[in-house]
Amino acid sequence: MTKTIITSILMTVVLTVLVGIIYPLAMTGIGQLLFPHQANGSLIVRNGTVIGSELIGQQFASAKFFRTRPSGAGTGYDAANSGSTNLGPTSKALIDRITHDRDSLRKIYPELDTALPADMLTMSASGLDPDISVANALLQAKIVARENNLSVDTVIALVDRHIQGRDLGFLGEPHVNVLELNLDLLHHIPK
Amino acid sequence: MPCSTRKNSDMTTNAFLQLFAYLVILVLITKPMGVYLTKVFRGENTFLTSIFGWLERLIYRLCGIDPTSEMKWTTYSGAMLVFSAVTALVLYAMMRLQQFLPWNPQGLGAVAPDLSFGTAMSFTTNTNWQAYSGETTMSYFTQMAGLAFHNFASAAVGIAVAVALVRGLVRSSVQTIGNFWVDLVRCTLYLLIPLSILTGIIFMASGMIQNLAPYVTATTLEGAKQTIAMGPVASQEAIKILGTNGGGFFNANSAHPFENPTAITNFLQVIMIFSIGTGLTYMFGRMSKDTKQGWAVWGAMTFLFLAGLVTCYVSEQSGNPNFDKLGITSLASATQPGGNMEGKEVRYGITQSTLFATVTTDASCGAVNSMHESFTPIGGMVPLFNIMIGEVIFGGVGAGLYGMMIFVILSVFIAGLMVGRTPEYLGKKIESKEVKLSMIALLSMALCMLGFSAWAVVNPVALKSLANNGPHGLSEILYAFVSATGNNGSAFAGLNANTQFFNITQGLSELIGRFFVIVPILAIAGSMAKKTAIAPSAGTFLTNTPLFSALLIMVILIVAGLTFFPALSLGPILEHLVMQNGKLF
Repeated sequence: MTKTIITSILMTVVLTVLVGIIYPLAMTGIGQLLFPHQANGSLIVRNGTVIGSELIGQQFASAKFFRTRPSGAGTGYDAANSGSTNLGPTSKALIDRITHDRDSLRKIYPELDTALPADMLTMSASGLDPDISVANALLQAKIVARENNLSVDTVIALVDRHIQGRDLGFLGEPHVNVLELNLDLLHHIPK
Repeated sequence: MPCSTRKNSDMTTNAFLQLFAYLVILVLITKPMGVYLTKVFRGENTFLTSIFGWLERLIYRLCGIDPTSEMKWTTYSGAMLVFSAVTALVLYAMMRLQQFLPWNPQGLGAVAPDLSFGTAMSFTTNTNWQAYSGETTMSYFTQMAGLAFHNFASAAVGIAVAVALVRGLVRSSVQTIGNFWVDLVRCTLYLLIPLSILTGIIFMASGMIQNLAPYVTATTLEGAKQTIAMGPVASQEAIKILGTNGGGFFNANSAHPFENPTAITNFLQVIMIFSIGTGLTYMFGRMSKDTKQGWAVWGAMTFLFLAGLVTCYVSEQSGNPNFDKLGITSLASATQPGGNMEGKEVRYGITQSTLFATVTTDASCGAVNSMHESFTPIGGMVPLFNIMIGEVIFGGVGAGLYGMMIFVILSVFIAGLMVGRTPEYLGKKIESKEVKLSMIALLSMALCMLGFSAWAVVNPVALKSLANNGPHGLSEILYAFVSATGNNGSAFAGLNANTQFFNITQGLSELIGRFFVIVPILAIAGSMAKKTAIAPSAGTFLTNTPLFSALLIMVILIVAGLTFFPALSLGPILEHLVMQNGKLF
């Protein structure tokens, strides 16, 4: 018994050093050496300031921008507090939230008085979803065009350029990265 | 039952393509993985021996282990239990003391005692239930040296036990079932570390982060401040998936873009979750000198996997009738995923989300890329049911195979009763001792899942933790104890499980679900090893045929059905019915 306990302690120490310290540090070294951009968060830097990450969604309140999905991370797109509200399919709170969001959107944008894409009013699991569906982006294109005094065709062409198809042609869903789309949009808005 | 007019519940072509590709890859990796596992656990040299051989010998020398000695099942169990206890204590201490330890750039304080207990039990038992949010609770040191260490260790323990059981089944007239320390070390060195490095590198290339930097503050396009959590994610993610651990670095687990950036990493994750489990079935066949024995088990697993997957996919793609009424379209098209997108990421859509949910609960992984709590009632029942039947569909690394062997023993026992012969498996008699031990394992799990749930639903303190009411509230509690006992770790995560009640009761469920299964399994291994194999005769019920696979499926469904159907009918099934009528809670 004593021998088993001693062996267990020694094994714990040896394996902790090996897989708990050497392994992650070696991987950190590999990552920093080979993939520094990805390993450090795929950050987007403009004029020396970090404006976000390619992979992490942001909140957009202004109608001049494309909007991301509703978020349950902190108070919305809190990238230090990921997660969702976890409301179930028969939750009154969930249906009330969706109804409220839909009504307030439609009040401002009469364009949205149509069948809405599922991702427009539902929360993602992470609360940090950087993407929206193509249908969602195209529907918003009319609003964004009007608010920025751009032609609808210009904005739709912009959306088209940012559609990322399925990975390898068949995996996942086509999507549009909202932050990248909005960054590109800024270039098209007359100063 | 009333059914609304939704029409897209048939599989879209693309969904079929994604799932078919997954199945093909699963078939293709089974044999190579099984052959490799056989080499590793027979102690033969592999192509990695030249790289890690010296390290293996060094570890034996440092720890005073004689790799040539073998253990009886009692010694094997003792070593496994003591090792698990020591590692649990170390993790507990690490969380309590993390403010004094290195790599804590956010200055996170000590983890509370009850949460530390719950988490230590959770990670030691390969459950990885997380009642905390990683990015606000655990320092980088705790994540790496504490949690990721357990991802390796608990996975290796599970695989070791499965290998010991297989040895017991295929050996004849011996007392010993292998050496626990050797199995642990060889599994870690030749299987888990190399595959984790390989996977981790692919993950990093795809956008997963791997650093020890403090959190980054970004100034968003609209001028707001966004703090972005950082950390050594890829190294932990690789073993989290490979070792079917499932404990996320971040609260959102594999839904977090840094923990699962693309549909490719997602697909790779679901492949890795099953990779060792599917390989073990082939290893089992190879060690028993009849690969058909392995394929018979594999066939039963695959059938149950596909049944669950299709049910879950169809239910989620059909969506929530309450959403339809609000003018949200549930129809999938070329430009949108449709279906029930609450709690799901756009880049995965319905297909990759339901594939992940099914796989993670078939295995005892418990990582999630979507919120199971927000699934439709039937879509959410699939993960719950998968865990209830003991995660025997490929299952947790090792745990899936040894769990399935419990049902195999029951199946040959029932077949024996039907034809009036002493049941046999692999030429050995299955006697009352083995059946009793199997029943101890099965009943402890069922009793623990249902007993603690029953206690929680009549305990006002526990009910305060609920996030949803009505039948969904029952599902929430049920899922918590089913997941803990099954050592899964996924959750209906609205439940606030970071309370004394849940930290302690779930910690106990995890211990019961792990060790009240492993010890009977090792006892069966020891008992079977002693028996002498006899050649099959004309009256032997063959266990390497599709007929046996079908019997095995039936036994699993009947046993699980009788045990859990009442609870399921009051939770998800009832919720499904009232959802069709638009009732809300």
